[in-house]
Amino acid sequence: MTEIVTESAAQPMIEIRDLSISFGQGADRVDAVKNVSFTVAPGESYGLVGESGSGKSTILRALAGLNPFWSGHMAIAGQKLAAKRPRALRRLVQMVFQDPYGSLHPKHTVDHILSEPLAIHGVEDVETRVRAALDRVGLGPEFRFRYPHQLSGGQRQRVAIARALILEPKVVLLDEPTSALDVSIQAEVLNLLTDLRQQLGLTYVLVSHDLGVVAHMCARLSIMRTGEVVETASADDLSEGRLLHAYSRQLLIASRGYDPAAIAAFGDF
Amino acid sequence: MTDWAIAVTPPRWRKWLLAETPQSRLQARLSRAYLSWVAFARNPLAMLGLVIVAILVFCAVFAPWVAPHNPIAGDLGNRLVAPGGEHWLGTDQQGRDIWSRIVYGSRTTLLIIFMVAITAAPVGIVIGATAGYLGGKVEAVLMRLTDAFLAFPKLVLALAFAAALGPGIENAVLAIALTSWPPYARIARAETLTVRGTDYIAAARISGASGMRILIGHIMPMCMPSLIVRVSLDMAGVILIAAGLGFLGLGVAPPQPEWGAMVSEGRSQILEQWWVCTYPGVAIFIVSLGFNLIGDGLRDVLDPREG
Repeated sequence: MTEIVTESAAQPMIEIRDLSISFGQGADRVDAVKNVSFTVAPGESYGLVGESGSGKSTILRALAGLNPFWSGHMAIAGQKLAAKRPRALRRLVQMVFQDPYGSLHPKHTVDHILSEPLAIHGVEDVETRVRAALDRVGLGPEFRFRYPHQLSGGQRQRVAIARALILEPKVVLLDEPTSALDVSIQAEVLNLLTDLRQQLGLTYVLVSHDLGVVAHMCARLSIMRTGEVVETASADDLSEGRLLHAYSRQLLIASRGYDPAAIAAFGDF
Repeated sequence: MTDWAIAVTPPRWRKWLLAETPQSRLQARLSRAYLSWVAFARNPLAMLGLVIVAILVFCAVFAPWVAPHNPIAGDLGNRLVAPGGEHWLGTDQQGRDIWSRIVYGSRTTLLIIFMVAITAAPVGIVIGATAGYLGGKVEAVLMRLTDAFLAFPKLVLALAFAAALGPGIENAVLAIALTSWPPYARIARAETLTVRGTDYIAAARISGASGMRILIGHIMPMCMPSLIVRVSLDMAGVILIAAGLGFLGLGVAPPQPEWGAMVSEGRSQILEQWWVCTYPGVAIFIVSLGFNLIGDGLRDVLDPREG
């Protein structure tokens, strides 16, 4: 495993050491994530790539605080994470989900969706913040009182991004944020996310099975398989095909499109 | 089928209700309610049910004006008069006008339905949603309690409660409410289980929402449609149980008019003076039908999954 040293700031924004996550007990026990370690610098965008079931989304959910059954060390902005996290710490980490059709409450208006996090954290001037949040993701004020079913997939994902940003988090976790969208919309949403990161100095962790998306968004990435990190690489390594592990190379070949000859040569891992 | 509900609505406020871009939460909510109403109004049977229930409410509210005679004071000279003439549904064995007693009896029926709906449904949704959301031991305890109540036949349990508490409208309501909440709890739990794992609940948790906020603000609204449908369908059953308790003398105390008790009083003359027990029975039938039709219509609008 190659360790790439690109730590710019003294303290990483996200620090994960020996993270293991398992589900079930006894014979039914499934180790979804095994001894994963990585760090993400402030303002960096980090990719987790792998096939379905490789544990990449499980890591994200544990970071978001949705799964308390993990062991190891996780810290965000220097604060160690425990099973129960204080409200102020929750504010630092927000998440954008894969399916914009399932991540917005069908009976809440956009206004309700955006103002509720503010109400929970007792933030003032809800009115201006909600307007600003919509504006930031490129939605006009006319969207404010619509229900999710009145929006397109891309618009919904923009609302979901606005919700994630309204608490002014430092870290945004992106769980395949474009895989449920039309190809034509995907680039728009990815560019929006890139712009927002630069404007607001956000730190991203992006989970995807699409090497192209990760190469576009992230400077560094980890390639995962069956709960383990197979390889850690940089975006340059990826674009120049400098991958060490055979599985990573297969993933890269597969991402370039369907090639029968290349796929026939694939090994079984 | 032409949509008369849209055709006769004045265009200006309809335009406001159907606006593409609502300007406030209130407008968005009303717009949504209006669209549901339009869908509901397209169903002629549901509208028939609504008309029946509207008539019931009208009779109950304006009973002193709708009823031509005093429902309690009888005229013993006019016992068991056949329908027609002054007493157009006839009189009973104490000379009381049956139409007037049915009109006043609608107050009792409506009161029981209303009280049962506002006690049993909230209890059911709180128990069911809490059990479904928290899971584990809380769920086991709450749902076994629900099962225990569900194991008894509804009418028998209501009878036992009414017999233990004594006759009277409050006790009838209590008895019916105590036996009506378990199905609501089960429905609320089932809905909660499907909602609990969704991304929008996860998003609410990430934003720091407390369990109480998620339960009330996010989960319960998702349980409401199927619960409203079930409650309106159950109203017919509640009317029948209330009438059954009245019939057995465990409902409203005489001489207050109550449809079940009226059927019971007339059963000794059922062959000679058939109208004494038939007309209250017809009233029970029509009102039950009305609530069932509304329930079916609501199901089509609110809960399109079960057809």
